Amino acid sequence: MIEESEIDLLVNDLYELYGYDFTNYAKASLKRRIVRLLMLDKFPSFAEFRYRIRTDADYLKRFVEEITVTVTEMFRDPSFYKVLRTEVIPTLATKPFIRVWHAGCATGEEVFSLAILLKEAKLLHKSLLYATDLNPAALDKAKKGIFPLAQMKQYSENYIESGGVQDFSSYYTAMYGQVKFDESLAEKMIFSIHNLVSDRSFNEFDLILCRNVLIYFDKALQDRVLNLFDDSLGQLGYLALGSKETLKFSALKSTFTQLNKEKIWRKVS
Amino acid sequence: MAESKLTISCKAVVIGGSAGGLDVLLKVLPSLSTSFSFTVIIVLHRKNSVDSTLESLLASRTKIPVKEVEDKDGISPGTIYIAPADYHLLIEPDLTFSLDDSEKVNYSRPSLDVTFESAADVFGPELVGILLSGANADGTQGLVAVKKAGGTTVVQKPETAQTPFMPQQAIANAPVDSILDIPELIALVNSLNKPA
Repeated sequence: MIEESEIDLLVNDLYELYGYDFTNYAKASLKRRIVRLLMLDKFPSFAEFRYRIRTDADYLKRFVEEITVTVTEMFRDPSFYKVLRTEVIPTLATKPFIRVWHAGCATGEEVFSLAILLKEAKLLHKSLLYATDLNPAALDKAKKGIFPLAQMKQYSENYIESGGVQDFSSYYTAMYGQVKFDESLAEKMIFSIHNLVSDRSFNEFDLILCRNVLIYFDKALQDRVLNLFDDSLGQLGYLALGSKETLKFSALKSTFTQLNKEKIWRKVS
Repeated sequence: MAESKLTISCKAVVIGGSAGGLDVLLKVLPSLSTSFSFTVIIVLHRKNSVDSTLESLLASRTKIPVKEVEDKDGISPGTIYIAPADYHLLIEPDLTFSLDDSEKVNYSRPSLDVTFESAADVFGPELVGILLSGANADGTQGLVAVKKAGGTTVVQKPETAQTPFMPQQAIANAPVDSILDIPELIALVNSLNKPA
């Protein structure tokens, strides 16, 4: 059993020694991730786990990779992608240039999903998709655009449910249990490390997607990140969150309007 | 049955179930007092498609407010909260909910173990954990955690469960305070109520 105070010590170590700030992560889920890693790597005690993190910078890498959640899928929540397809993208189409930021993109499945939507709307050539995450191992996977073949049945169903009419398999080449997505989809993607806790805004965007990242933060940090997004959105830009995430606790609520029932908001002032 | 022991002060009841669990809830909810002094948290294994029909289905059986959790919702007494499909449901020390979409546990998301363990951390002895019908072993570790934190553990009598595996696993592997049929479950939850 791990005590709250032990987690506080660890969080303090991570900040003091390495500059990673987990202070405002949601306590219950952070604890759960830590307990899971302790069991996974068979540490006999919390003290030993803490010692390893303090003394082994390589193990810190593993810590960051395992503590951050990288579960994602293509066309996740198809009804969300349908609204992107039918309402958001046609509005973006009028712009000379479209800038999108996938914040906390994990292994990139959603970045490729959006690239497919933009390609089908014949807008990909004038778009740039910035994809950022705090986890370097996840970003490396995202860059490759290689995903497990076993997932494609589900992804193809999601794609169709989102309003897709092409043959989904035309977007990838299958090989040895994996598929590689078409290079042309990745041409407009820029991947880089970005930590939502500590890093700043780096551009102005027309659409920011940050799906199921805020759930791991407490309200104070959610507020900080939402303000970062607000600063990074152009006039009438869109903010898209995960299916159970909300702006309702934020002071920014009044400057955004929600589209339908989906977790997509438009900046109105 | 340790009836007297169950008149403890209760801040939260967490109810978990899988196959056959929903049927039990549909029978239990209409017979509960219409105002609670505690919070009810329900975790049911369900298909991962995003549907909110469970919320309206349960709400149709009771006058108590029923709410599918959104991230960082506050936890109020007198409300029934449901774990949303495809997320683990956790309870934060400041009495808000947080969601987690990490790996499945016991092939399940939401996982009963995850919510029970997290509720045990926060509510300690003032938690009652109830495990209903189901076809896998999820919930057993959760009940172990509830008991360890000083809470009360209850499972549905396997003979009355549509799918008895889940309660049987718990009885075999967790410290269970009471094994109850549906009328007894109703009586138990109503007995936890403290008039204001």
